Amino acid sequence: MGIIVNGLLFAGAAFALFPLLWMLAASFMAPGEASTYPPPLLPAHPTLANYRELFAHAGMGRYLANSILLAAAATALSLVFNVMAGYAFAKLHFRGRERLFRLMLGALVIPGQIAMVPLFLMLKHMGLVDTYGGVIVPALASIFGIFLVRQYALSIPDDLLEAARIDGASEWKIFGAVVVPLLKPIIITLAVFTLLGTWNDFMWPLIVLSDQNLYTLPVALASLSREHVQDNELMMAGSVLTTLPVLIVFLALQRYYMQGLMMGAVKG
Amino acid sequence: MIGSERVARSRRRAGRRQVAWCFVAPALLVIAVFFVLPVVAALAISLTDFDIYALADLSNLRVVGLRNYVELLQRPLFWKALGNTFYFVAAGVPLSLGASLGAALLLNSKLARFQSFFRTALFAPVVTTVVAVAVIWRYLLGTRYGFLNYALSSVGIAPIDWLGDPRFAMPAIILFAVWKNFGYNMIILLAGLQNIPNELYEAARIDGASAFARLRFITLPMLAPILSIVAILTIAGYFQLFAEPYVMTQGGPLQSTLSVLYLMYEEGFKYWNLGSASAVAFLLFLLIFAVTLLQTRAARGRFAR
Amino acid sequence: MSSGSTGRRATSVAGPPQRASPAPAGVSEVAKRRAWAVAQLALALVVVAGLLSSCSRHASNVTTIRFWAMGREGEVVTALVPEFERAHPGVRVVVQQLPWTAAHEKLLTAFAGDSTPDIAQLGNTWIPEFVALGALSPLDARIVKSTVDPKDYFSGIWDTNVVGEHVYGVPWYVDTRLLFYRRDALEAAGIHEAPASWTGWVKALAAIKARAAPDHYAILLPLNEVEPLLALALQQPDPLLRDGDRYGNFESDGFRRALAFYVDMFRRGFAPPITASQMSNVWTEFGRGTFAFYISGPWNIGEFERRLPAELQNTWATAPLPGPSGPGASIAGGSSLVVFRESPVKDAAWQLVEYLSRPDIQLRFREMTGDLPPRRSAWRDPALANDVHARAFRDQLERVKPAPKVPEWERIADEMRNVAERAARGQWTVDEAVRELDARTDRILEKRRWLLARASRD
Repeated sequence: MGIIVNGLLFAGAAFALFPLLWMLAASFMAPGEASTYPPPLLPAHPTLANYRELFAHAGMGRYLANSILLAAAATALSLVFNVMAGYAFAKLHFRGRERLFRLMLGALVIPGQIAMVPLFLMLKHMGLVDTYGGVIVPALASIFGIFLVRQYALSIPDDLLEAARIDGASEWKIFGAVVVPLLKPIIITLAVFTLLGTWNDFMWPLIVLSDQNLYTLPVALASLSREHVQDNELMMAGSVLTTLPVLIVFLALQRYYMQGLMMGAVKG
Repeated sequence: MIGSERVARSRRRAGRRQVAWCFVAPALLVIAVFFVLPVVAALAISLTDFDIYALADLSNLRVVGLRNYVELLQRPLFWKALGNTFYFVAAGVPLSLGASLGAALLLNSKLARFQSFFRTALFAPVVTTVVAVAVIWRYLLGTRYGFLNYALSSVGIAPIDWLGDPRFAMPAIILFAVWKNFGYNMIILLAGLQNIPNELYEAARIDGASAFARLRFITLPMLAPILSIVAILTIAGYFQLFAEPYVMTQGGPLQSTLSVLYLMYEEGFKYWNLGSASAVAFLLFLLIFAVTLLQTRAARGRFAR
Repeated sequence: MSSGSTGRRATSVAGPPQRASPAPAGVSEVAKRRAWAVAQLALALVVVAGLLSSCSRHASNVTTIRFWAMGREGEVVTALVPEFERAHPGVRVVVQQLPWTAAHEKLLTAFAGDSTPDIAQLGNTWIPEFVALGALSPLDARIVKSTVDPKDYFSGIWDTNVVGEHVYGVPWYVDTRLLFYRRDALEAAGIHEAPASWTGWVKALAAIKARAAPDHYAILLPLNEVEPLLALALQQPDPLLRDGDRYGNFESDGFRRALAFYVDMFRRGFAPPITASQMSNVWTEFGRGTFAFYISGPWNIGEFERRLPAELQNTWATAPLPGPSGPGASIAGGSSLVVFRESPVKDAAWQLVEYLSRPDIQLRFREMTGDLPPRRSAWRDPALANDVHARAFRDQLERVKPAPKVPEWERIADEMRNVAERAARGQWTVDEAVRELDARTDRILEKRRWLLARASRD
């Protein structure tokens, strides 16, 4: 029985990982090598030519830097907004708090794409089209992020907060000194979520950014893949470059990410 | 409570309310301005015939009421997109949930080794960039040099033109979407499984129940609430199919992978018929809302028993 | 705004709210002000970051011209830029390449977002659309004072840049479609001359198909390309739209004839019902003889010369498109250079247009891309005059007709392609197809009718 279970798990893992591993292998193949029959699993003579081409001619270095800058800025800023709001929804009282929260949850059903076009026109009037501001500002606060933080913050013992209040600390001091350290796991989870989401987002940056110098990796890859339909190995190298950073971040912080997901599920 | 104490208490409460608003105001402001407002604007736009003429000169705008909606419902392409989307949901959700549940059950089993490695491996596709992996999958699904056809040929199946044949393009997209997403729900379900108390299983084992019986009478019922919620959310998410056809097939071949949201994108950003595009988006929203409502009511009914 | 893959969503519902026990606490005005300061600071940071990344385009005394170009032309034109910059000190040209598949969208999005470039390469069928948007700057005054001579250009091509009474673009290179064919396949079938009329063409196709292997064909007509059908339609006397371009005219005899001729090629097995991407490599397959005829454009002269092996170079040739009763018309394609109305550097941009329109520069451009120059004077150059493959193009260019100049043309052409694909695959008869196409076209043109009616009322 154990063999079956582990065998199936192995098959599942192979199914999940095979495309990614092949992508890695193909990125080291010589141009044209991947288009042979039978399709090769490993490069005959591994070469860095594709990566060199990407960085030298396709300007991937700049897109990589853009992606890092954008993802970091968006994550940092949105954390501020979401954590404050999530804590408030959990622990601070204000009129209509519960109703407002339920309303926001309901809004999760609305597909974000409805808002795309009017949002674009709105950003045009604000002068934020073709800037990173236009990419970041709509994503500064997310209902899902607030929800995650709130669920987690519900578990902060009220007595702790009361004690601090009795001692005369202001709400801001309490937030900074007591709450944030307690929220560290969910903050990291949310940070990973946001980082992944911003890094992988290609639709909105594709629409907002027209200046090629501002492109992020996914956007550049989308353009590249439509232009160089025949250069598969080059595309694979581009894909590796786009996927590797998030995979590394994920591997490093997966404990928090999965814990956060699980906690969100169980608390409900 | 003495009167003055009550007054002091209510004043402090009011003060704290104000602080609370300061905490939520920034986030709420962003959501209101950059989400709620555009959605309302989209509703307004859907009642006009906003197009590139209007983009050039606003006096070319006409308010047409529900005409966009009526015209959409009369357009065969809309129904084709709707059909494609339903096909995707009907086939993709069970496959995806089945894969997620199966993987979660396997991971949860006491017989599983290297759990954290398998868990990470099975989850990895979720964090990848859809553009990047679509490039890989486009290649793996290639007619002549793709691995899938190579594997199929070893069991004697002739090469299939996955992305060029209207009959097989949507199955290819479904396969891709399932691969990319199943890890997400797997983690949720795993959490749910880990919450089922062990004593139940112990008791059942002592009573001589087989593994299958344990699955049927303990695991699934205990998991049902979470499974139900996951199903609702997955269905709502799958109705919003867009990225995969955009990157892999551009809605083709013969519009067999054109989803409702893709239709909206084409109307809106390719032809700049914003009125029509907004109408499509709202129709989709109404559809998702109705389906979600039906499901939650059914779920509530089932659990009320 | 997350638009990653489908299916990622929140995972559970809200739990029961916990009640905090009331307790005394103080809120100071300072704290409240601090909160707003934090929020404002955050927003300010974001706005600053945004502004910083949209750098000024007039740093110091350098005028920057932003030039958007597509495809191969975009890759290659950067090589022509340094000479221009040397001749115009203080001017810098920044070239941005767009893939053809996304170019139309990106240009429209740029217009909607007020972020158009200064000068762009524009497919000439898009010019009416951008003129209707008011995005382009009329060039008549500039042309009169420059070295750009309208009479030197092929008239059908120049005409595509004229909308109403003004000229909005200068043709950069021409594109038309005609026959590429395997002469040896024709000879083997007993035909010694390229067909000049439809009847001769059908005879040649039948002869080749009769001798071809089972998975080989006589002609490749990719279903994702509308140009072959459009060329056949333009050869007809009936226009594609009627009543001042207010309604579709696809149910006319002319278009029916063209569509029937096109669909027949598939019905009789001369052409495979596939898209270009399904034929793994068009050039290799042409070399292998998988098909003998291919309707394509000038860029393939260079591609075939480059990609086919040396021993096959004598086996292929070009010929003008056969028409219903003799040599026929073809599409007046190509790209133009346009200057955008919102550009702050229009004078400098025009200088770049003038530079790229010089016959000698056009010839150099041709060497790099294989694109054909739109000026007759450039064609007198020996390099072109002696190019045996280009001769057919020179002939065809005197018989090119433009597509209808309505802003909705791109959309109508898409519908034409969709409808033709269905007819070619046998899902619709020709009658059903033309009726459907007219219905769709009429619907697309409704706004135009309303605008024209309103304009004539005022």
